Amino acid sequence: MTQITRLVLQRLALGFVTLLIVSVLIFWSVELLPGDAAQEILGQSATPETVTALRHHLGLDQPPMTRYAHWLQGITHGDFGTSIANGRPVLQLITGRLGNTLFLAAFAGIIAVPLALMLGIMAALLRNSFFDRAAGIFTLTAISFPEFFVAYILTLFLSVKLGLFPSISNITPSTDLAERVYRSFLPALALTLAITAHIMRMTRAALINLFSLPYIEMARLKGASPGRVVMVHALRNALAPIVNVVVLNLAYLITGVVIVEVVFVYPGVGRLLVDSVSKRDLPVVQAICLIVSITYILLNLFADIVSIVSNPRLMHAK
Amino acid sequence: MAQNFQAAISRRQFGRMAAALGAGAALLPLGGGQAHADPKRGGRLRIGASGTNASESWDPATWGVSAIMGLGGFCCIYNNLVEIGSDGVLKPELAESFEAAPDAKTWTFKLRSGVTFSNGKTLTADDVVASINHHRGPNSKSSAKPIVAGIADIKSDGPNTVVIELSGGNADFAYLLTYYHLVIGCADNGKVNWNAHIGTGGYTLTEYEVGYRALLTRRGDYWKNNAAWFDEVEIIGIDDVAARMNAVLTGEVDVISDADIATVERLKARSDVVVEEVVGTQHYTMPMFTDTAPFDNVDVRLALKYAIDREEMVKKILYGHGRVANDQPIAPANRYYDADLAARPYDPEKARFHLKKANADGLKVDLHAADAAFTGALNTAVLFSEQASKAGINVNVVREPNDGYWSNVWTKKPFVMCFWQGRPTEDWMFSQVYAADAPWNDTHWKNPKFNKLMLEARSELDDAKRKQMYGEMQRLVSDDGGVIIPMYANYVWVRRAQLSHGPRLSSVSALDGAKCGERWWFA
Repeated sequence: MTQITRLVLQRLALGFVTLLIVSVLIFWSVELLPGDAAQEILGQSATPETVTALRHHLGLDQPPMTRYAHWLQGITHGDFGTSIANGRPVLQLITGRLGNTLFLAAFAGIIAVPLALMLGIMAALLRNSFFDRAAGIFTLTAISFPEFFVAYILTLFLSVKLGLFPSISNITPSTDLAERVYRSFLPALALTLAITAHIMRMTRAALINLFSLPYIEMARLKGASPGRVVMVHALRNALAPIVNVVVLNLAYLITGVVIVEVVFVYPGVGRLLVDSVSKRDLPVVQAICLIVSITYILLNLFADIVSIVSNPRLMHAK
Repeated sequence: MAQNFQAAISRRQFGRMAAALGAGAALLPLGGGQAHADPKRGGRLRIGASGTNASESWDPATWGVSAIMGLGGFCCIYNNLVEIGSDGVLKPELAESFEAAPDAKTWTFKLRSGVTFSNGKTLTADDVVASINHHRGPNSKSSAKPIVAGIADIKSDGPNTVVIELSGGNADFAYLLTYYHLVIGCADNGKVNWNAHIGTGGYTLTEYEVGYRALLTRRGDYWKNNAAWFDEVEIIGIDDVAARMNAVLTGEVDVISDADIATVERLKARSDVVVEEVVGTQHYTMPMFTDTAPFDNVDVRLALKYAIDREEMVKKILYGHGRVANDQPIAPANRYYDADLAARPYDPEKARFHLKKANADGLKVDLHAADAAFTGALNTAVLFSEQASKAGINVNVVREPNDGYWSNVWTKKPFVMCFWQGRPTEDWMFSQVYAADAPWNDTHWKNPKFNKLMLEARSELDDAKRKQMYGEMQRLVSDDGGVIIPMYANYVWVRRAQLSHGPRLSSVSALDGAKCGERWWFA
């Protein structure tokens, strides 16, 4: 286990370096975008004098290095700064939205992951049967359509025609859990359709791969039931690729749901990010991207640890 | 002209004048305006609005397109000194009365007594002075700076009187004070803390999530007793047009701004929603730099103006929800709109004639376009390119990114797509975009005759003369100016049938001049 602890610490240290590099990249990418916050905020009604005045007020007339250093100094003291565009503390802006995003991701994950795993296992067991083909066609169709299209189809049938669920997810901090689940069901379903195929196909492929190995044959010959063969013998060795794909999709649920947020008017962090990039609101963009990066780093770390634990050979470098 | 300055226009006279002109400025509700029963209190008005974004702030100096600031701040939390009613008539709001000195240079506003802010403080002249001064001065970063630029001095004369000195006479000055940036906030030591959002309006802010949602609750002690009928007003930002349409169809919201004009016709058969439409002042423009070749030749400009098929534009870009325009910005909803100035027909032969005259056969121009200018701007540019090719003009459409369009393309490239909301007065529109020294003169057009007329008309008080002068100015912009204005776009929105409002709808902007929270009610 000490080896695992060492690995975790090593990876976390590397994670910090990654974050630093990411923050530099984000800073320079936003700098490279045409126009600055002062111009974007004033928009069509900007005049040269008002842009200069606003730039000075926001401190945008200072050199980029100074601004980056200033921001970095704040971060190391736990101060995410204030939004350039609306003058509010960045943390306060993000926390509520991030909570909503995590809730939606968790909701979609709770539906999608067990569903996809079950479908994958069944498809592997009943390979080339009608069920296998039907599940394959259905999930692949769902993933092949653009997300906004799936979202519109769901809205059209489940909301406009049948009136089962609200067409927009108007969620406020005071909304209770049951109401929250009801109001975010359609976006969660849209996201489920978007990620199920990936996990299911990977599960199926990993298991089918193993089914051809001699030790599975052995297990079958000794009379283990199909369920036991899958759960006890096969699944354990298929864990590494499956966990990897599950984690990748969970990260996607947190970071890549802007379109679903827009269509269902879900108050998540994705829309905030898009707004902030378009207004060159650097402190907010930085904060969100750092959170996203941390999500990726931690989830990947988790996946790697699971892989290693499930396959101790990986612990010993050749 | 001097004798006109002799007679001071009293508020009453001004009111009458405005009323008479208001008839001309009358709004033309095309659909649905019938459902008006007597107003009654109660309910929560839920507005699904486009144009909310996370960069909005409560400082009115920064208010741009944000729906929460317009429908919530301007309409519900604050009042202005003067307002434009649903009927298009200018009327005092926080001012009880106002009058201009004979030369229209000094304006005196008497404040209504007994108006309180939501924190209990009584409105005084100092609040007004601080609120207007917020946009003035060399360090102002306000979008409204050019609007208040004509103010030489503003001071209080006792607690209930505000005196404004202008640097030059302006007969329409009171109209400027209706602008949504110029709301009156609660001052403390000459400064307004806008982040506290304390106003004299009918509602106070109870819940707010930046760029997404605002909930406002009715004040019990609002000084207007015939307005602000709802218990609560909720504004939800819905940027996606399909989501907005679905939200009002499924009853998730009671009204949406900016309906999808491509599909809105299909809703007219339904009884639970009502499509409403107002001919306003907003217009789509295509400005060209009149000091840059080839646009510095008036014949080239005329050739381009004859090479656009306005009827087809209205049909295909606006789906009929608008009308053709005649290359000048004064709309039918304006007071001094010159209806005799007909829109140019689509005439490729005439365009060729002007090209020949300009010695510019085989003209090739780049037109920079992005949908940031207005919805459908790119399609408009492509359609224009097709139409112009029949006149032998090669219009090359350069697709620009939406992001940064206003800072990097508009006023930077010589021929672009643009959009103007329009303004309630002619002088306001002309002096901000068409005057030689205008901050947003996006055509670099400097016509001495036009600029002289503009100054004269501004301080002219004789109505007939003003009409004639503004007519002349419209002609000058249309014939000599550097802008193609193919169409005026209507404001189109959808509301639930149980929502009700007065017999008229303001033509200033969508949703009854953004004042639906104050003026509408549930039947």
